[in-house]
Amino acid sequence: MSRLQIHDVSVVYPGLNNGEEVRALSNINFSIEPGEFVVALGASGCGKTTLLSLMAGFISPTDGYLTLGDNPVSGLPRVACGVDLQDQIAGPGKERGVVFQKHALLPWLNVLENTEFGLKLQGIGKSERRERAAAFLKLVGLEDFHNHPVYQLSGGMQQRVGIARALTNDPEMLLLDEPLGALDALTREVLQELLLDVWKETEKMMFFITHSVEEALFMASRLIIMSPRPGRITHEFKLDFNERFLECRDARKVKSMPEFIEMREKVLSIIHGDEQSGGMH
Amino acid sequence: MMANKTLDGADLMADDTTNSSARTTAESKSAEAPVTKPAVTQTQSVTLLQRLGKLFAAGPVKPGDSFGAPGQGRSLAISIVTALSLIGLWFVATSAGWVKPLFLPSPVAVVERFWEVLTEGFANATLLEHTGWSMLRVFGAFALALVTAVPIGIFMGVNRVARGLFDPIIEFYRPLPPLAYLPLVIIWLGIGETSKIVLIYMAIFAPMALSARAGVKSVAIEQIHAAYSMGASRWQVVRHIILKSALPEILTGMRIGIGFGWTTLVAAEMVAAQAGLGFMVLNAAEFLVTDVVIMGIIVIGVIAYLFDLLMRYAERKLVPWKGR
Ligand SMILES: Nc1ncnc2c1ncn2[C@@H]1O[C@H](COP(=O)(O)OP(=O)(O)O)[C@@H](O)[C@H]1O
Ligand SMILES: [Mg+2]
Repeated sequence: MSRLQIHDVSVVYPGLNNGEEVRALSNINFSIEPGEFVVALGASGCGKTTLLSLMAGFISPTDGYLTLGDNPVSGLPRVACGVDLQDQIAGPGKERGVVFQKHALLPWLNVLENTEFGLKLQGIGKSERRERAAAFLKLVGLEDFHNHPVYQLSGGMQQRVGIARALTNDPEMLLLDEPLGALDALTREVLQELLLDVWKETEKMMFFITHSVEEALFMASRLIIMSPRPGRITHEFKLDFNERFLECRDARKVKSMPEFIEMREKVLSIIHGDEQSGGMH
Repeated sequence: MMANKTLDGADLMADDTTNSSARTTAESKSAEAPVTKPAVTQTQSVTLLQRLGKLFAAGPVKPGDSFGAPGQGRSLAISIVTALSLIGLWFVATSAGWVKPLFLPSPVAVVERFWEVLTEGFANATLLEHTGWSMLRVFGAFALALVTAVPIGIFMGVNRVARGLFDPIIEFYRPLPPLAYLPLVIIWLGIGETSKIVLIYMAIFAPMALSARAGVKSVAIEQIHAAYSMGASRWQVVRHIILKSALPEILTGMRIGIGFGWTTLVAAEMVAAQAGLGFMVLNAAEFLVTDVVIMGIIVIGVIAYLFDLLMRYAERKLVPWKGR
């Protein structure tokens, strides 16, 4: 596995109808190391989805570039890591799986077919891909919904299909854009633990966006806090609450530790300070 | 879920009967007896007004329906009443002698003529032969358009070279009336079957290609992104995402296209046809056989309508996710 590096990246969106252009990200330098679980936290509009789209290769930066190991992800630098990357095609790839903020499922396929879709694209046989998809559907609690049309599911269930789909494809790196936002509190905790288990077991790199401070602290090996206008990373913390949970398997206990509560207050005060200085609209 | 369904069904029926009875009262009132108005008592007229008002309100919601969804509720009963009233009016107008049979023959005369042309024929061909030739031309052209216009439309949607190439051609000839380029088609292709099919084909081609292209444009970019980040190749994205997303609009294009096909049929059969519904109507018009003209129009209308019903059925079966 190789690290994902973001080299001095800025993203400027052109303004609509000659409106002012939006500096969604400004001079981001940042990397995700192999096996790291990075969580991004920040008010809406601070560029979290933009950052994720860059990593996924869906958009190119206005300035700077991104690499995964020696390979370009987005942006076309002249020379990076000693390799001439000019003319290499960059973009999305199956080593970087994505769970979308808006699920992005395919309505003409049922739950099982959506989940196995990536394996089908790669030409993996029907029985094998069914088996792998079914295993992950069971993990996200949808074993009884294989043949349901996805457009008849609730938002939370659609989100879970999206997670099962990304996991079934077994990427090196998972990019998750508020994946648990539409879930009820109970399912949310179950899936937090599931994602941590998958992470521990496979040592995938994770980039996880959330609005919830508690979720961020619980999941992250490294927490980045972002601030809008222009979008930038203002704080970084190394954390180990996820490791503590994986040892004791008691989420409630971890979330009520004095260190956890102290950290939560600290992060909340950072975010609120941000709001007062005009971070929120 | 089940209880909900049943409730829904019962309510639908109840709603429909109130709708249609209110409607029937209104229809008969306006059609036959506008003088009865003073006879209606005050309370009755209020309820009648309320009922009429209800037909145009945003509506109380039936279980399973969303409040304010545009045009919700059934319209079948109203449509049937409309159709029957029109036929009734036709009947009354002809039997009372308001119009001469030369201009508008009675429904009975048309039905008799239908039977006569079916068994004995008109202009050297039976009705089945006329219908067969016309269907061959329209559906032949339709099939040709299906295998050419849809791929070209998709190609225009996904590739700028194809778009640049075909866009000016299609956009130029699309608004032209087929009668304007009919002479040219005949000069180039002769007066045989080819020129007839090509004329209809051209009328079907443009709407079908443009619908397929619009279908490609309507695909959600997130779905394309999702496929790429699961390792899809460009071709797989076209096949598994873009084609599927475009399917509802392709089917709509087919419905619009076949409609244009029927519209162009009469023009196509104007020159040197031996049989065909359009030819039959034109021929009858020349000799002022008005009942054959009307019968031909009705036959074309019924075939086109039945095909449209078939397409709508196919739509429900093939793209149940449409609009979700
Ligand atoms: N496609 C776009 N075109 C123009 N502006 C955009 C576009 N996408 C996002 N933005 C703007 O960029 C900023 C960051 O957006 P986003 O990355 O979606 O934030 P977040 O995910 O943190 O809520 C916002 O101000 C948003 O309005
Ligand atoms: Mg976002």
